[in-house]
Amino acid sequence: MKTAKTIILSLLAAGFVLVSCQEGVKKDEKEIDISALTSDKNETHPPEIKAEDITITNPLNQAWVDSGKSIYSVKCQSCHRLTGEKLVGPGWQEVTKRRAPVWIMNMITNTEMMLDNDAEARKLLELCMVRMPNQNLTKDQAREVIEFMRNNDGEK
Amino acid sequence: MKQVIVRSLFPVFLLFAGMAGMQGCKPKGTSSAVSGNAASKVYVAPGKYDEFYNFVSGGFSGQMSVYGIPSGRLLRVIPVFSVDPEKGYGYSEETKPMLNTSHGFVPWDDLHHIALSETDGIQDGRWVFANGNNTPRIARVDLKTFRTAEIIEIPNSAGNHSSPFITENSEYVVAGTRFSIPMDNSNGDVPINTYKQNFRGTLSFVAVDKTTGNMSINFQILLPGVNFDLARAGKGKSHGWFFFSCYNSERANTLLEVNASQKDKDFILAVNWKKAEEYLKAGKGVKKAVSYAHNTYNEQTHSATSTLEKEVVMLDPKDCPDMVYFMPCPKSPHGCDTDPTGEYIVGSGKLAAVIPVFSFTKIQAAIAAKAYDGDYEGIPVLKYESVLYGEVQKPGLGPLHTEFDDKGNAYTSFFVSSEIVKWNIKDLKVLDRVPTYYSIGHLSVPGGPTKKPWGKYVIAYNKITKDRYLPTGPELAQSAQLYDISGDKMKLLLDFPTIGEPHYAEAIPAELIMKNSQKIYKIEDNQNPYAAKGDNFARVERKGNEIHVYATSIRSHFTPDNIEGVKMGDVVYFHITNLEQDWDVPHGFAIKGANNGELLIMPGETQTLKWVPEKPGVFPFYCTDFCSALHQEMQGYIRVSAAGSSVPLSFSTGKTTPDSITTN
Repeated sequence: MKTAKTIILSLLAAGFVLVSCQEGVKKDEKEIDISALTSDKNETHPPEIKAEDITITNPLNQAWVDSGKSIYSVKCQSCHRLTGEKLVGPGWQEVTKRRAPVWIMNMITNTEMMLDNDAEARKLLELCMVRMPNQNLTKDQAREVIEFMRNNDGEK
Repeated sequence: MKQVIVRSLFPVFLLFAGMAGMQGCKPKGTSSAVSGNAASKVYVAPGKYDEFYNFVSGGFSGQMSVYGIPSGRLLRVIPVFSVDPEKGYGYSEETKPMLNTSHGFVPWDDLHHIALSETDGIQDGRWVFANGNNTPRIARVDLKTFRTAEIIEIPNSAGNHSSPFITENSEYVVAGTRFSIPMDNSNGDVPINTYKQNFRGTLSFVAVDKTTGNMSINFQILLPGVNFDLARAGKGKSHGWFFFSCYNSERANTLLEVNASQKDKDFILAVNWKKAEEYLKAGKGVKKAVSYAHNTYNEQTHSATSTLEKEVVMLDPKDCPDMVYFMPCPKSPHGCDTDPTGEYIVGSGKLAAVIPVFSFTKIQAAIAAKAYDGDYEGIPVLKYESVLYGEVQKPGLGPLHTEFDDKGNAYTSFFVSSEIVKWNIKDLKVLDRVPTYYSIGHLSVPGGPTKKPWGKYVIAYNKITKDRYLPTGPELAQSAQLYDISGDKMKLLLDFPTIGEPHYAEAIPAELIMKNSQKIYKIEDNQNPYAAKGDNFARVERKGNEIHVYATSIRSHFTPDNIEGVKMGDVVYFHITNLEQDWDVPHGFAIKGANNGELLIMPGETQTLKWVPEKPGVFPFYCTDFCSALHQEMQGYIRVSAAGSSVPLSFSTGKTTPDSITTN
């Protein structure tokens, strides 16, 4: 019995020595002090646009067509022609016939989400090989671009 | 039976445990100074962020570096006083004016000290200021963009060392002459040994606009030709005062190493700047004709402008009594630091065996009682004993700088004995000391110079690296060390290399800055007169012998990318507008043979590269910053023809047959 006690004490002592001298490899979780701001920061996206958020009406809103056109010339024209010609991205001719407004608007405002998750967008990426840049348009600006696209496709 | 086996194994086990223990505890040089869970304390997992930004002077690199603490990871090098071809700083037409001075374009300086802007004595994360020591200047970096927003030159100055140091509401940053000189508007062509007659020192109080941060020299104070070294603003109860250490009260002009170390005591100059403001208002200042550059960077036009200012107002203590006082301080004082309460001013005589701590309350009492020990060049010298709170005895060798924590402790760096010494401000007792590797200069506690130190760490910025890292030939990276100060004892956590020579640094909680960090320049707000906001504006124009290329870049092409009709004798300006509006998608621009750097254009920004063709031929240009899978394809050509050529000016993108096909 005495022996057993000695063994226990000795084991404890040995354990203490081991712990105290091998701290370099020991992980002491409690000591880590990383504040809330060191949490993962994922890319932030605006809320996904839903089909019911969009109202398409005729006749076209001419003011939107005009502002959509000026947005196009600054932020889109470098890669998209108004004809069917593919430059960096597809030409815009007939785009409103090929795609639903909600698809186009999400492609514009939630580019990363679409390129990651949407099958059609991924197909286009394989075709064009350049990830479409997120050009930081607001939802309203994207809607104005839709109006300009409809105008480009001959809608009245 | 079982017991027997255990018993027989027991001595073996003990021996084994003992050996393991000995192995673990065996000292292994300086690495044994690292204890416990140091690794986990500095480990910032992939994708996670550091807790503090650490803005570190880049010394003779002229730049400011930004590290994450506690990881010691380099986050950015901000070009400030030196050109940076990587970022086009000082190479693009838009940034060249930032480095203009009264001496013309100066491509380099020596950046020593950092001052983060403060509100109510607490870091507010808006701007960080830095001094240029060689050609006296102060720079302001905007912490929304981490870019140099403004540089102001300091006239009547040389060796701008006691700078920029800031007051508790960022009312002023200051500049003091480490090298006295004949004043700018006097005849400077004098014998050097007429130092005492002709050489003067000045202190400049540079006002900072509350809203814009714009700097302007409110006044200068004319002083005897001592060497002003470091400075700190008073705070709290001592707000309205500024303290400048100075050496060379001998006013030697040669072999200062010996000749400026003669006197037992030099000085700390106490400046009542509120009083100075009163004198200024009362018209006691004298306007002096000078010339100094004031450069500002406009975030809308993405362009710097440089203006030569022509006048400063000088206050002379002769006309302004009760504005400045000398306080004796042992042995060539260097650091001069005020504690968080503003009551204590810690002087560090770099050759002294004690650290004197002065009391602001006693300074006020001494001034009221006129407890003078004579005067120095007409300026009253307060009696040492009458202003002294006490001395820290036998702290170490060669005290330099002191920072403070949130628990009433001070941390002083010792160059000669290569250590940080922790002591209590109230009872002046030494509490702990740790070695640094090697020969520490400045040190930094997050929030250390403010009314609200964040504490937690002290960082040593060393003057000597030697064997700390893998050897890289005669020239080595600089060495910094991070210590945990959360407990009673300081604990070494980490070594990390830095650029230039790190002098002073400040650390600030990341959350105060990261939330304001700008991601892009909005293309709609781009007011650069040479911007091409969309391909409809992409064009090439000739103005006499100047060719202006207004080009756009977006993943992954330039518009235009084929340009002809440039002739020898022409000067070509490439104005490149990055049409991207997504974070971290810069495009670069470089052209073969240019005697110039590259451009690195942020999303929504326009930058201009000047190119003087040196011979006829076709010269490729390309995007230097990998931007997409088709980045390699982001290139173009410009054709240069002989001077008398009839090749018309043309430009295109995506056309295989230009409008004009001409050969000659």
